[in-house]
Amino acid sequence: MISFQVNKKPASFAGDRNTPLLWVLRDHLELTGTKFGCGIGQCGACTVHIDGHAQRSCITPVSAIEGQSITTIEGLASADGVLHPVQKAWLEIDVPQCGYCQAGQIMATADFLKKHPRPSDQDIDKNMTNICRCGTYVRIRTAIHRAAELAASGE
Amino acid sequence: MSMSGNEARMDLERIDVSRRRFVISGTSIAGGFVLGLPAIGLSNDVVGDEADSEHQIGFFIEIAADGSVIIGSNQPEIGQGVRTALPMLVAEELDVEWSKVSVRQMPLGIVKTADGYAWKYGGQGVGGSTGLTGNWDFMREVGATARQQLIRAAAARLNVPVSSCSTRPGYVVCSSPAAEIPYGDLVAAAARLDLPAESPPLKDMKQYRIVGRRQKTMDAMDIITGKARYGIDTREAGMRYAVIARSPYLNGRVRSFNDTEARKVDGVLDVFKIDGPEPGEPYLILANGVAIVATSTWAAIKGREALQIDWDPGPNASDSSDAFWQQNHEMLKSTGQVVVDDGEFDKAMAEAHQVIERHYQVPFVSHQPLEPQNCYAHVQEDRCHVIAPTQMPSGASRAAAAVTGLPRENIQVDMTRVGGGFGRRLTNDYVAEACMISQKTGWPIKLQWTREDDVKHDFYRPAGLHEMRAGVDGKGKVIAWTQRLVSASKYYRRPNMTEERLWEAELYPDDFPRKIVENFRLEYFHNPIGLPRGSWRAPAHTANAFVIQSFLDEIAVETGQDPLQLHIDMLGEEREMEYGNHGGPTFNPGRLVRLIKFVAARIDYQKQRPDGRGVGLATHFTFGGYAAHAVEVTVSPQGQLKIERIVAAIDCGFAVNPQAVEAQLQGGTIDGISTALGLEITVKDGQVQQSNFHDYPLLRIAAVPSLFETHILPYDDTPTGVGEIGIPSAAPALANAIFAASGIRLRRLPIGDQLQKAMAG
Repeated sequence: MISFQVNKKPASFAGDRNTPLLWVLRDHLELTGTKFGCGIGQCGACTVHIDGHAQRSCITPVSAIEGQSITTIEGLASADGVLHPVQKAWLEIDVPQCGYCQAGQIMATADFLKKHPRPSDQDIDKNMTNICRCGTYVRIRTAIHRAAELAASGE
Repeated sequence: MSMSGNEARMDLERIDVSRRRFVISGTSIAGGFVLGLPAIGLSNDVVGDEADSEHQIGFFIEIAADGSVIIGSNQPEIGQGVRTALPMLVAEELDVEWSKVSVRQMPLGIVKTADGYAWKYGGQGVGGSTGLTGNWDFMREVGATARQQLIRAAAARLNVPVSSCSTRPGYVVCSSPAAEIPYGDLVAAAARLDLPAESPPLKDMKQYRIVGRRQKTMDAMDIITGKARYGIDTREAGMRYAVIARSPYLNGRVRSFNDTEARKVDGVLDVFKIDGPEPGEPYLILANGVAIVATSTWAAIKGREALQIDWDPGPNASDSSDAFWQQNHEMLKSTGQVVVDDGEFDKAMAEAHQVIERHYQVPFVSHQPLEPQNCYAHVQEDRCHVIAPTQMPSGASRAAAAVTGLPRENIQVDMTRVGGGFGRRLTNDYVAEACMISQKTGWPIKLQWTREDDVKHDFYRPAGLHEMRAGVDGKGKVIAWTQRLVSASKYYRRPNMTEERLWEAELYPDDFPRKIVENFRLEYFHNPIGLPRGSWRAPAHTANAFVIQSFLDEIAVETGQDPLQLHIDMLGEEREMEYGNHGGPTFNPGRLVRLIKFVAARIDYQKQRPDGRGVGLATHFTFGGYAAHAVEVTVSPQGQLKIERIVAAIDCGFAVNPQAVEAQLQGGTIDGISTALGLEITVKDGQVQQSNFHDYPLLRIAAVPSLFETHILPYDDTPTGVGEIGIPSAAPALANAIFAASGIRLRRLPIGDQLQKAMAG
């Protein structure tokens, strides 16, 4: 039995310890906002925060997260429903097309901005590696800068 | 955003037949006002049966007592924005506040008629950029009719003539006596009124408050909070999870398999063979294989890993990309099927002052929507329920019927939001597979493909070798033009398809420069290969635009002309030319001139640039819409390519939702660049060699320049679709820019490491 926290609530998993966190979230905990894209850590659609750091849950075995705290897209907004600045920026810039990758993009950006609060375009190019098949990258870039502004102004 | 294919075309033709039928009204279970379509083709006595009307009214609009409005979206949402754009049309004519509107996805609606099946909610399916154009008039009429019924209900209540009543958003307004009645108070009365024989007049477009203005994506809040439901998120009671081990060999077979270890995997419930199509037969599913059913997705995947299968490599075991390209070059030495022969081509070529000949190579590519294929199916004795991310729900219904033998009216197809289409989900092979597994086990099944499954089993965009030849007179005018194409046509393994028609999927005969160059010949050779082929966003437009727009640039260079001026000279003035296939009925070359001049000016095309930096231009007409790209790149002495700036412009007639048009232009451009830079599917020993994003590297943000402009140039009052317009001219603009910067002409896609190799000498 592996115990951990998901979105500030206790959770556990008793099955195969090698099961990727992604499938534990999706099939067992019914948190389907985290998406399956490639299964090899390439595309980032499965990005969640593990103890505050963005990680690709499709290549993270559940055994590796014993006692750790997971945040998924469902838990990114505050408990009273106030959206995270990255979510606000994504809405304002209207980033999504099909939308499938966007939970991963948002989770990756939220962590990225903690490390680069006022990122340059070069910072974005170096650190943002999630794939968007629809090609929403122009709006993603705009939204990352906007999220940085929102976060800086405390919104 | 989507494409055409035979299957798509057949469905879309039926959309045209049925879309202008009339609406009928009634009350919803919740007491709201419901406006919808009569089931087309049903006789009146059936429609008039009160007891059955709940089922027979096709839901479109529901207005609740509190004034909130739910608008049904009958089309699949694949990221093209149809769930926003179509309701905008209804809301505009209905005259409600856009903020009060929410959208509900409608299922597939088909009904049995005396002579087959008919649409219940109008034609459903997205391909060929038709989702909007096919519904432009119809959706507005639905809104206008509902508004008129509300006005008539108000007039009756106030006992005034209808002519003294009008509306403001959400209210019927009467001038004398002055009164305002909220829509919500009128719905019950409006629902009881008979409908007029004719649709009321539509609004003057100058009065639009919603349409033609930027409206944000309807479901954005659900998407950014993880609540949006895609096919992969389906979870139904009693559901089991399945994956399939498909033959890695094209047309391979299962000789035998050993499932001892697979069945030991915790959670694995069943393992059995799945029979694919015979080589050469039309596809219901793509491949032979072995299905694994389990209690979770991961257990099914682990079970598959533990399975031992002895594959019979089958008839295509020696297929390879190398052999395919060699054969293509060999075939070009003979004469192919001449499919267009205008003027006196041979004579003009003989008289030409200069003849320019080039070869271009366009590879097989794969769709790779980010949501891998998946489908929920529950087959029972007398019915079947399918929940699928699909572009073609009627095809899903046909696939389920073919597997189960059930009548189609007993097959329920629900649509989810779709994690990308790009043409992959025009075919419903994964629906058929899910139905097979559910039928065999009796369980509700969610079939899941992995990324490797998606890369190795697709309906790939056909590859082709293009020989281009132009004859130019002493003044630099192109007087003869030919395109000779060897490709693996996508029109194969289809019912009723003849060898003589295979070219139709590969060459669009009315593309530029037909009828502009009088002596014009198109020649086609078919070189089949075991790889399945299908419709990939803007189908053959992507290949042909790359080839034609690259070649035009080469002609300009060879004859000492400015590429922009050659475009302008050849395209000429505004005029309507016949365009018979894939996007007509007419093509106005002058609209491309406006666009290419615009992007050239924006990027400062005439400016002298240092060595290693250059600008390339290209245009294309795709499915009724027009686009141009200007791309600026730098190429280092080591062959490092950097895209510095992109300017893209679109003329889609009238932009219903500029917000979404801009998104499609950005996304289409990036798709074109991504594919040109690095994407190719190759075959060796009868097997696809790529497997996931490490060797099929979709573009990431770092390669997309910060300087990226998109412009919408309005033209008239008629919208065209926009999902595919933005892609074809992107790749040739990039290749032309690379030439301008480096002097290196890339005639083979993908670009890959060709520049580094060329620079290394």
